[in-house]
Order: sequence, then C-alpha cells, then structure tokens
Amino acid sequence: MKTFKIGGVHPNDNKLTADSLIEVFPVLETAYISMAQHLGAPAKPVVEKGDKVKVGQVIGEPAGFISGYVHSSVSGTVKAVELMPDLAGNPVMHVVIEVEGDEWCEEIDRTPDIKRDIPYSSEEIIEKIKNGGIVGLGGAAFPTHVKLNPPKDKKAEFLILNGSECEPYVTADDRIMRERPEEILIGAVIMMKALNVTQAFVGIEVNKPQAIAAMKKAAADYPQIKIVVLKKKYPQGGEKQLIDAITGRRVPSMGLPIDVGVVVQNVGTSLAVYEAVQKNQPLIESAVTVTGHCVTEQRNFLLRVGTPFSRILDAVGGLPKDAAKFISGGPMMGKAVANIDASTLKGTSAFLLMTEEETKRKQESNCIRCAKCVEACPMGLEPYLLNKLCRAGNKYDELEKEKIYDCIECGCCLYTCPANIPLLDIIRMGKADVMKIIRNRPKK
Amino acid sequence: MSTTIILTIACLGVLGLLFSVVLYLVAQKFKVEEDPRIEQVESILPGANCGGCGQAGCHAFAENVVKAPSIGSLFCPVGGNAVMSKIAAALGQEAVEKEPMAAVVRCHGTFDNRERVNHFDGYSSCKVMSALYAGDTDCRYGCLGEGDCEDACQFDAIHIDPKRGVPEVDVDKCTACGACVRSCPKGIIELRPKGPKNRKVYVSCMNRDKGAVTRKACIVGCIGCGKCAKVCPFGAITVENNLAYIDFTKCKLCRKCYDECPTKAIWAVNFPIRLPKSATEPHTEPKVEQPVEENKEA
Repeated sequence: MKTFKIGGVHPNDNKLTADSLIEVFPVLETAYISMAQHLGAPAKPVVEKGDKVKVGQVIGEPAGFISGYVHSSVSGTVKAVELMPDLAGNPVMHVVIEVEGDEWCEEIDRTPDIKRDIPYSSEEIIEKIKNGGIVGLGGAAFPTHVKLNPPKDKKAEFLILNGSECEPYVTADDRIMRERPEEILIGAVIMMKALNVTQAFVGIEVNKPQAIAAMKKAAADYPQIKIVVLKKKYPQGGEKQLIDAITGRRVPSMGLPIDVGVVVQNVGTSLAVYEAVQKNQPLIESAVTVTGHCVTEQRNFLLRVGTPFSRILDAVGGLPKDAAKFISGGPMMGKAVANIDASTLKGTSAFLLMTEEETKRKQESNCIRCAKCVEACPMGLEPYLLNKLCRAGNKYDELEKEKIYDCIECGCCLYTCPANIPLLDIIRMGKADVMKIIRNRPKK
Repeated sequence: MSTTIILTIACLGVLGLLFSVVLYLVAQKFKVEEDPRIEQVESILPGANCGGCGQAGCHAFAENVVKAPSIGSLFCPVGGNAVMSKIAAALGQEAVEKEPMAAVVRCHGTFDNRERVNHFDGYSSCKVMSALYAGDTDCRYGCLGEGDCEDACQFDAIHIDPKRGVPEVDVDKCTACGACVRSCPKGIIELRPKGPKNRKVYVSCMNRDKGAVTRKACIVGCIGCGKCAKVCPFGAITVENNLAYIDFTKCKLCRKCYDECPTKAIWAVNFPIRLPKSATEPHTEPKVEQPVEENKEA
C-alpha cells in the first residue's frame, strides 16, 4: 500500500458517522449567504433588497481573477445585503434571503438520471465550472476554474482525485463516494477533458473499505481512472502528500502541483463539477458531517449553503450540555467557530462539537529536544527550531532559510509534542510575518 | 633543568615582545578616528537601546546627534528634556524643549464594561489571537488582553490588570519609547503628552462600527454621535468612521466633551473632583463608573 514518505501522525480516526446515509437537510426560513465563499477576493453582490431570487440564481459576481460566482441556495426575497460577522467574527458581506417555497431556475436538471456523454469542449467546460461557482471542497475553497486553467508553459499529465479524507471524524467524502461513485468519476472525466490529460487516479485511505469497493465497481467502466488504496496516515489529504503517495513526485519548495504535472481535486469538487456541467446545477449544497462524541445523533447532511451553524444543532438533538468547542471542519485543520450564528459556506465539510475535556490544552513545558516534531513534519521542516526562531521575534532571515513558508499548517508537530508546546500557533504567526515580507519584496 | 626554564621564559618573552610590536603597528595603521564627543554623549544617554528615538540604539543616536547640524531633529524619549539639555551643553548647543509623552491605552473594554462571548484557549499572545479571529468579545477593535504590550515594555511600565482585562500604564515609568504601540496588533495604544499634573482628556475607544453595534458590544464604547465635536470650543475633536478623536495639539483640557459624552467613552484623568457650580445648576452624576475618581492609570 502506498503512502507519503516523510512525517505524518496517526490520530484516532473516530469516523462515527461512516454508516449513516446523507440526509437532505430541510430548507430553513432564512438563508445567510456569505460573499467570501472562496479563496481570493470576495464576490460582489448583484442583488438588492426586495429582489426575488430563485434557487441557483447568481447573487454575487467575481471581483478579481481569483474569485468566483455565488448563487442563491434558496428561493425567496432578498431581505438585506449587509456586513455580518463570519465564523471568526470578522465582517463579511452577506445576502440575507427570506425563503418562499423552493423554486429552482428552469435550466437546472433535477432528474436523478446519470448523464454520461460530455458534448463540450475544454473551454466550454471551464466556462461552465466558472459559472457554477465551483470551489475546491477539500478545505481551502480555491476556485476550481483557476486550477483547471494552468499557465501555458506548464502541462498537466495526471489528474488526482483526493478521496483520502484523512481528517478524523469527517465522513462527508466517504459517504458521497459510497452513494454517488459514478457521478464522481464522470466529474473526473470532465476535468480530464478540460485539462487534456489521459490518466487519473483516485486516492482513498484503507479505512474506507466500502467507499473503495463502490468506487472500484464504478471505475470498471472507466479504464482511464485508477483507484489507489492508501495507508491510513494524516495528512494524506494534503495535496503535496497525496502527489508523493500516488506518483512519488515531490512538489518543489514554494511550488504548485502543476510544477510536477499534477492537478489535485477533491472528490466532492468532482461531484460538484459533474452537477455544474451535466445538470447545470451550481454549487449551492454540499455534504456536511455533524459529529462529535457529545452529540446525541451524529449524522451526515446535504446542506444548503448559508444555513446557520446554530440551526444545524436543532437537527441533531440540540446543543449538548458539555459541548465547549465548535469546529468547522475536522479536528486537525478545522477552524474554531467563534460566532455560532455564522452560516455554512460551500467549503464546509463538517461541524464538530467537542467537550472541554477533549479540547483542553495541557500545561506547556520546556522543549526536551526529542525531535518528535521533526519526525512528524510531513514537509521535512524542524518545528522546534522554527518555534525558537519565531519566538525571538525578529529572525525573519533565518526563518526564511529554514523554509517556514513550506509549512502546510497540518498540526502534526503540535499533535506529537510531549512538552505540549503550541508549535503550530507560533509557527503560523511567524509564517504570516515571513510571507508578508516575501510578498512585499520588489519582483525581479 | 634550570636552563630549560630560563630558555622557555626567554623564548616566550621574545615572542611576546615581537607580537606586541606587531599589534602596536597594526593598531596605529588601522586606527579609526572617532569623534570623542560620541563617547561623551553616549555616556549621558540612558543606554536602554530601546529604539524609541528611531535609531538603531544609543550609540547610533550619539553618532547622529554629533553629526547633525542642530540637535533639534533628534530626541531621546527615555531621557527626556533632562538628558537632552545635558547633551546640548556637552555639544555647546541650545536645547530644544519637548513636551514629555506617555503611552495611552485607548480601550476600556474591561470585564465589567464588555461581555466576553467566547473563550480563547490558544497560545497567549494578542498577535496569534488577532491572526485567528476577531476576539473574545463582540468588539473587534478592542483590547484582546493577552499582554503583548506588557512583554514588549522594557521599563515595566505597562501591565494587564487581571481584574480588568485591559492594560494600565504607569506614567511615572513610561518613557514613551513606543515599543507597546508597535506591539499592539489592534493599534490601540497611542503616545500622547503627559499633560500638566498628568492630566489628559482622550477618547478611550477604537470601535469604528455603527453606534448600535458598538453599544451592544461595550457600554463605554464611542458610538460616533458627534456631540463632543459640536461642544468643543477649540475644534480639537473630529469624528471619522463613527469614532471621535481628540487632537492633543489643540485640546486645552476644558473637559466640555467629557461632560457631554453619553457613553463616557471620553476619559478625563487626574482632574480634581468637580463640585456643582451652584444650587440652580444641579450636577448630574454620570451613569457609569467615574473615571476621575477611580482611575489610577495616569
């Protein structure tokens, strides 16, 4: 079995919801749709208060090269277009829609039939993906049409679909691979056509045997797509780690996967691409795992974009008494939800509730130079050293020499540290400073 | 036996003499001529190397002050007027008096005034916290209370009060080096003149949200109503982005704005308690805690 070569940790996978079907979450009376659903510039709202919108109608237009369309996930009347706090409490432009019925745009094909033939050219596919507002659903929410449109001087050789889902607790990708394997593969074929490549791989970790079986069965009809079973190790789903695991290629420092001829997409993105290209359905809903040991009914939902986190709790038996921390995403790379009234985004994959006992940080002690963090770092960095240099406050040259910018913020060092040093917090701070210095440098 | 000892001593003695001559010649050849006044000025300076003057350290300051045509362009905030007049005397120049400054924390979002809506359990640093999210209250402009300013201060002059959750400045110790100003990720701390008898009037809020939002987050927040700007006889107050600012170069410490402010976001510190002017003009008690009496900060 394949896996990436350096670093990694083995957290308990806690896939509590692996066997529960994806249920359609009811549409609530109000949707709060954020304009910052993707990496890059937030979209510009194009509706005003009082406008009537349908499901799938464009409500935000891209405001730059790395930006994307935002569509209404509900039908009804626009109640407000205003700044509202996002999950971190920072103000972001939201379109608030009061729901009336569930009227979809006419061009969206809502029949359950699977459409297999792809009569579009590469340009048409990328245009359709852009118009569908598709973003990467693996976590970073990078606009997919930008990723599928590599610079002219670089040629893609492979497409890799990321179904590893190495984050503990999260089972959204596992479920869609079990329930809709063929659609995911058609999505891959569409992207292969857009990129003009002939070979694709789907990487799935061995702890999802049913997903592997379902995908292998569906892939029998698609000889150009190969299912690769991977060892269970975090952070397998990091794109650089996945490329290493499947192709053995190493993405250069500061480089992108396209530098080694690879484009990585999440399986969820692939499903969204299928729906946008074949069914004209923009990205307005995604599979979200609602989980945690303290939650009474852990479930997987198909959730419309713009549902407040607080309302999701109603569907899983209310707020657990001992819940102390809410996390959007998995426990390793997810973001703590500071504002529970914030709404879900396109890229939301999980809503995890944890008790104080589970999340409490232990007392920090001195570094004993055991080098466990060095062993765990999947990027081959030396976290203990970066920690020391970041705390010094002004050693930016040395930090750059130690390649702090290569840190993927996976948290392996923090997870493995026996002295409970908050390595990730400190390295992230230093990385932000160094990145700012690098960005502000005059370009040669 | 004795010859060995004598030989060794003689050898080492000759070698030592040889090297000393070489070293002397080299030292003469590569001698760096430095203005003796630089050393003299450096000995007057406090030697904290804090960088508050904008130079790399005390030696760099001394170099520049000796080179400069007049010393008016440079000022050591730590030493203040006393040190500057000594330097001026040493250089045979006229000293330029400058008003002494001190750091002022423009946030009074204490635990009582501002409700905490979540709890931050990460690494205790304002910089880390502000990079992650807006903060543990509904005010995203206010003090985070993790104490980066306290860590930055070399003079032990600023401390987070654990009971209040916001920093307090010890004006007697503060040298206005500006280290805390640079360390605050929210840009709350400002250098303002110490004022006569440490009296000063300032807007202790940085919240640029609309009034209603501010009021919800903090009871002593500036709601940008503009009453202070209207009442100020010297035109020292400007309201921009729902936030008032008092220009200390124009302010005459009359305290009209302090009386007018409906949320008591304007603070007047170290003034004596005012008595009601007459029986016909009853003095209205401010609703919130009276900063004049309680604030020990300045």
